[in-house]
Amino acid sequence: MTGTLRGAAAIVGVADAASPTGELDRFGRDLETAMVLEALDDAGLTLADVDGVCHSQSAMAFAEYLGVHPQYTDSTNTGGSSYEVHAEHAAGAIAAGLADVVVGVYAATPRSDRKQRRGGGRFTPNGPMPAAEWEWPYRLRMPMGPYALAASRHMYEFGTTPEQLAEIAVSTRKWAVLNPRARFSEEITVSDVLASPMQVAPLHLLDCCLVTDGAGAFVMTSAERAKTLRKPPVYVLGAATCHDHMIISQMPDLTTTPGAISGPAAFSMAEIKPDDVDILMGYDSFTITALLHLEDLGFCSKGEGGAFVEDGRTAPGGSLPMNTNGGGLSYTHPGAYGMFLIVEAVRQLRGECGPRQVEGAEVAVAHGSGMVLSCMSTLVLGTEATL
Amino acid sequence: MSERNVGPASPESGPFWEATRERRLVLQWCTACEEPIQYPRSFCPRCQASGSSLEWRDASGLGVVYAIVVEHKPEAMGEESPYAVALVDLEEGVRLMTNIVGPDALSATISTGVRVTWEPLEDGRNLPLFEVSAAKQV
Ligand SMILES: [Zn+2]
Repeated sequence: MTGTLRGAAAIVGVADAASPTGELDRFGRDLETAMVLEALDDAGLTLADVDGVCHSQSAMAFAEYLGVHPQYTDSTNTGGSSYEVHAEHAAGAIAAGLADVVVGVYAATPRSDRKQRRGGGRFTPNGPMPAAEWEWPYRLRMPMGPYALAASRHMYEFGTTPEQLAEIAVSTRKWAVLNPRARFSEEITVSDVLASPMQVAPLHLLDCCLVTDGAGAFVMTSAERAKTLRKPPVYVLGAATCHDHMIISQMPDLTTTPGAISGPAAFSMAEIKPDDVDILMGYDSFTITALLHLEDLGFCSKGEGGAFVEDGRTAPGGSLPMNTNGGGLSYTHPGAYGMFLIVEAVRQLRGECGPRQVEGAEVAVAHGSGMVLSCMSTLVLGTEATL
Repeated sequence: MSERNVGPASPESGPFWEATRERRLVLQWCTACEEPIQYPRSFCPRCQASGSSLEWRDASGLGVVYAIVVEHKPEAMGEESPYAVALVDLEEGVRLMTNIVGPDALSATISTGVRVTWEPLEDGRNLPLFEVSAAKQV
């Protein structure tokens, strides 16, 4: 172990609720919110100060309810000890400068829930999920629907075309051709993408990621110990996260993801600029997702993603190799693809990628996208030469 | 279209769904900052006001399309398609997901003016949908 948390962070506000009757008259989000606001008040702070949220079910859903856009998020669930784990992780985050003010919360009202017959089915003690109440009735198909909404807005605001989105699928397929384990290995053209069946207009089938089996893992240790192990170390140079909604109808701006916060923060920690990035592994659940990453991470200006991807700029031989394993669009996509971003970035930086190896790659970015453009997490990785 | 999947109201949004029984579109407002809140909450996420600072007001039912997609479902999914799903920005300043319905539904585009219309649900509530409002084409 290197470093210590000793004395690095402090608890500055607390609140709790309990009653001799064993029952409380508030429950669910209302009670959770009341606790957070009381604890903040105890500290002399407000929600505006909060940049970290811990919740043992979903920090994303709770942050959306609170209306905060945290850059530190922890939904770890270890049962009754979740809150000590949250405090431990928060202390680590604060010590490392990843967060400044973190809130953790717990509320449960089993006694009144039973008496008042709350809960069951889609109705958790927190009430129905907001998605069930405000989105499911309208039959937006998941997962492509929310991304199609974002694409529609991007096309409207910036004149982005279906052909430009298709360019991303075409360039990504060119990488897949070089990866013997890719699900798809035949080259495609822009016309092929546009001729593939419409799913949720404006997205075609070939704008959408695959559904495959897949699995991956990583091992991380201290920089010191890394030097003694078998493979060349790939160092974490920067990392940052942000989420600004859980469900698509709560996304503040469909054309700007929270990657516009996490990306620059991670790049700043890594002391790099977009120009320094040799490989971008940008979560490509859909072509529009990858396009939004290019803009939000600063590889081009907002609205210029469509023009940026023309002429194979992200294809083999292009100036920004993107999704060199063939991506979620053509390599593999079991449902949550983020692990594969990290694995490919590491292999590229170790020079292990054979025909698809990007020569001399020293800096790679693994940029994950979670839920429906909801949570972006940017990881900047580098070889020893970048230290 | 096939049966709607509409669940129970959350503790905070009861008045929204009750008003739909009278085909009234209502929104939760914070009187402290004079802004509507969507979805409804137990407090105002802008200024943290709660209790009597929150009230329900009638909405005009008018808005414009913010984003729109057309679902092309395979027949195997057992639903009539195509149909339009949109995010609509209401005049009052909140955004709702909805379906655009009516004869012009599939020609609606972003910035098209829309107004609320209602689809009855089995339990007496009504689901707010939107149709193109020729009078308010932007
Ligand atoms: Zn307010």
